[in-house]
Amino acid sequence: MPHGRSLTDGLLDALLDALDELESEAIEILREVAAACARPVMLYSIGKDSSVLLHLARKAFHPRSIPFPLLHVDTGWKFREMLAFRDRVARELGLELLVHTNEAGRAAGINPFDHPDYTDVMKTQTLRDALDRHGFRAAIGGARRDEEASRSKERIYSVRAPGHRWDPRTQRAEFWNLCNPVLMPGQTLRVFPLSNWTEADVWRYVLREGIEVVPLYFARMRPVVERDGTLIVVDDDRMRLRAGEQPVARKVRFRTLGCYPLTGAVESDAQDLPAVVAEVLAARYSERAGRLIDQDGAGAMERKKRDGYF
Amino acid sequence: MAAASDSLLRVVACGSVDDGKSTLIGRLLWDSRCVMEDHALALARASAEHGTREGLTDFALLLDGLLAEREQGITIDAAYRGFETPRRRFILADAPGHLQYTRNMATAASSARLAILLVDARKGLLEQTFRHARILALMGVRRVVVAVNKMDLAGWQEPVFASIATAFGTFAADNGFLEAHCVPVCAPDGDNIVHRSARAPWHAGPTLVEWLETVALDDPSASAFRMPVQWVNRPGEHFRGWSGRIAAGSVRPGDEVVALPGGAHARVASISTFDGDLPVAVAGQSVTLVFSEPLDAGRGDVIAAAAAPPPVAAALEADLLWLGREPLLPGRSVEVRIHACSAGAIVSAIHCRTDLGTGAACEAGRLATNEAGVVELALDRPVAFEPYGDSRPLGGLILVDRATGDTVAAGMVRVALRRAAHVRWQPYAVDRAARERAMGQRARCIWFTGLPGSGKSTIANLLEQALLASGRHTFVLDGDNVRHGLSRDLAFSDADRAENVRRVSEVARLMVDAGLIVLVSFISPFLADRAAARARFEPGDFLEVFVDAPLDECMLRDPKGLYARARRGEITDLTGFGSPYEAPAAPDLHLRTAEETPEASALRVLRAIGSGQRDA
Repeated sequence: MPHGRSLTDGLLDALLDALDELESEAIEILREVAAACARPVMLYSIGKDSSVLLHLARKAFHPRSIPFPLLHVDTGWKFREMLAFRDRVARELGLELLVHTNEAGRAAGINPFDHPDYTDVMKTQTLRDALDRHGFRAAIGGARRDEEASRSKERIYSVRAPGHRWDPRTQRAEFWNLCNPVLMPGQTLRVFPLSNWTEADVWRYVLREGIEVVPLYFARMRPVVERDGTLIVVDDDRMRLRAGEQPVARKVRFRTLGCYPLTGAVESDAQDLPAVVAEVLAARYSERAGRLIDQDGAGAMERKKRDGYF
Repeated sequence: MAAASDSLLRVVACGSVDDGKSTLIGRLLWDSRCVMEDHALALARASAEHGTREGLTDFALLLDGLLAEREQGITIDAAYRGFETPRRRFILADAPGHLQYTRNMATAASSARLAILLVDARKGLLEQTFRHARILALMGVRRVVVAVNKMDLAGWQEPVFASIATAFGTFAADNGFLEAHCVPVCAPDGDNIVHRSARAPWHAGPTLVEWLETVALDDPSASAFRMPVQWVNRPGEHFRGWSGRIAAGSVRPGDEVVALPGGAHARVASISTFDGDLPVAVAGQSVTLVFSEPLDAGRGDVIAAAAAPPPVAAALEADLLWLGREPLLPGRSVEVRIHACSAGAIVSAIHCRTDLGTGAACEAGRLATNEAGVVELALDRPVAFEPYGDSRPLGGLILVDRATGDTVAAGMVRVALRRAAHVRWQPYAVDRAARERAMGQRARCIWFTGLPGSGKSTIANLLEQALLASGRHTFVLDGDNVRHGLSRDLAFSDADRAENVRRVSEVARLMVDAGLIVLVSFISPFLADRAAARARFEPGDFLEVFVDAPLDECMLRDPKGLYARARRGEITDLTGFGSPYEAPAAPDLHLRTAEETPEASALRVLRAIGSGQRDA
């Protein structure tokens, strides 16, 4: 019974107005953080949501530059195209971009093949360390409520206890669009301006605004192995191939981007933005279906969030 | 460009666990074809594992996102889901029905323009239904669709539905609802949610979703222009703009505006955005305004149409929903946040408590957790605002606890209080309530009065030891001791005795403010002086203990040899021996020390003050 919808059912005109509302809401939130919160930073993960967030921040503070730095937590296993894109965008827009890597973890050879706690060590812990090291008190992220069940209960302004722990039971009541930026020692804030956006909204907005995204979102012939039903793109020679696995060229694209050995691609013919939007509107599966780390069983995301995952 | 507010509609769903609300919403998402296949798969898995409908899909599990609630079968917090129909796009806020229900529902309702209210067809309208509807009205949601659920269990009988619909219609009209539509539904089967039910051919009105996507709404861009200033954009000398989201009305270059509370006037030169200047901007849009002349305005000010400015005041009357764990008492110091403005404030009065079950206004000296009432707020500066009924963005406020940073109340401004405009409070970040919390006790003054030798000091001493042993923070003010310092300049004339009592009661009041349990051991012979002392305290903070012993018993005890000296004529104005003692007619506690041991007396005081614990 569940199925998606097509571009032809007359939604697009009406929904552009919804995009205006979502845009204005996100800009209001970004300005609130800049004006009311101590030491803000924007988490930049290079994906489409980050690209939208960055675009919104440019709009919110135009004509001046974005009044807070961007932070990328680099696990060392991102797609090469992502890193090239990140560095070019930062250079072209003159962004203050901080890149933080868990050097100890990297030196110890922590990798997604051998270490079940890879995401925790290289991503969650590293993010906490980066925030602590720079003394950031408010971290803006691109998470959306439609991504996963535990995220649908997330606040826009989410208070984290000392140690960056998320306790869903002690979140502050959030009324209207009012921000309560008051923090006690050790507390930090996560702020999600895209909370009310859906994956389709993000793509429609990317299309409408002409926002540049990493080419990995568009279908190309890429070397792929199929592993446990997931299509893994072999991005470099660090990929461990199992016996019998042989990369084959398939036309694939990504709906979500993370560390390459952990991110599943989808077969697609969508080579440009209009085609991607059409595909997303007709989608039958949610985007995080391609993220291996979210499938560690029911409640996987909630556990990661409690530990301080974004 | 059109106002965006009709294209993204926020809807709150309310009802209790038993009403089948999660199932109804799950079904709503499912039938609107807003469930992705992997989520459908996860739902099927979860239905098999946790489901309450054996062998069938449990749609409620689409919504119960958190581990803890799956395990306990409850919904912990408000969840937000997007769904869309060919006509409108919705954000559905689902507030669960249990312990923290009022708080969660009010949170979800605060930004909603429409509500779905669930009723069990077999039970009809319960006090809880009216309670939910009153929370909606309090939060300004005035359009509601009542889903009369479980119609299958009521045999799909039209009269059952009709009597509920009629009764709710009457209630809605009396309580200021603009729209109230009732729909007969069966959530697990999806009747009349998206698809019209064949089982209720007698129902001619729209289905639940048809109503949501067609109901008419107010247009906020039709009112006078208002924009709270969030941020002043000043990249250099060449540009200066005021950024904010338009709360009401529209604005064009050339419009004359006023910045409040300052009152400076200016003309709009341009509406600046990343995409270029706009010819017009309307309610809901985030913009940056540039003015023809320099404008003295900053974050927290409101820029408004000069011809129709909003009110400005430093004292407000507001409906308040109290969320704090401690009860709200008058005098509580808080931080108020209203639009982009924050101010220190005192809750200067609690006018009444609003019984959400009956709608009655009850007399109340305090508001407990999740209680609503009408209060007065005295702010440390004037702010521009609108009554909540006219504008949610300019009339909704939160109170922030200074000690924890928590949001402890939501307020809906009713009116400005001009008469209090000159009363200013110096709000302190740490107030008495904060100190009491830190010390884990209820501060108060226990005033022992009685003849010399009646046992005041002995009992106070025993009491203090007992309190100290249980971790309380105390201090004893003793009649003899203060005369060595605080009152060394006073003699024993009636006037000097009155002044002595005034000084000691003032010191005791300060110590109560400091969070201490103060034991005053003081002859304080005159009724008028003790009444004046009592008047310095809040009701309940002053406990008068009459330490009563016959004069001859006191003379026999004579622990300080005072009566002996009086008999020898060395003292002429000893109370009870030349100077009168006016016994209390109705003390809070009457200790007859000739009939019980000092330990027993001390124990009775201890019981009377609940061992000094904080009130629940």
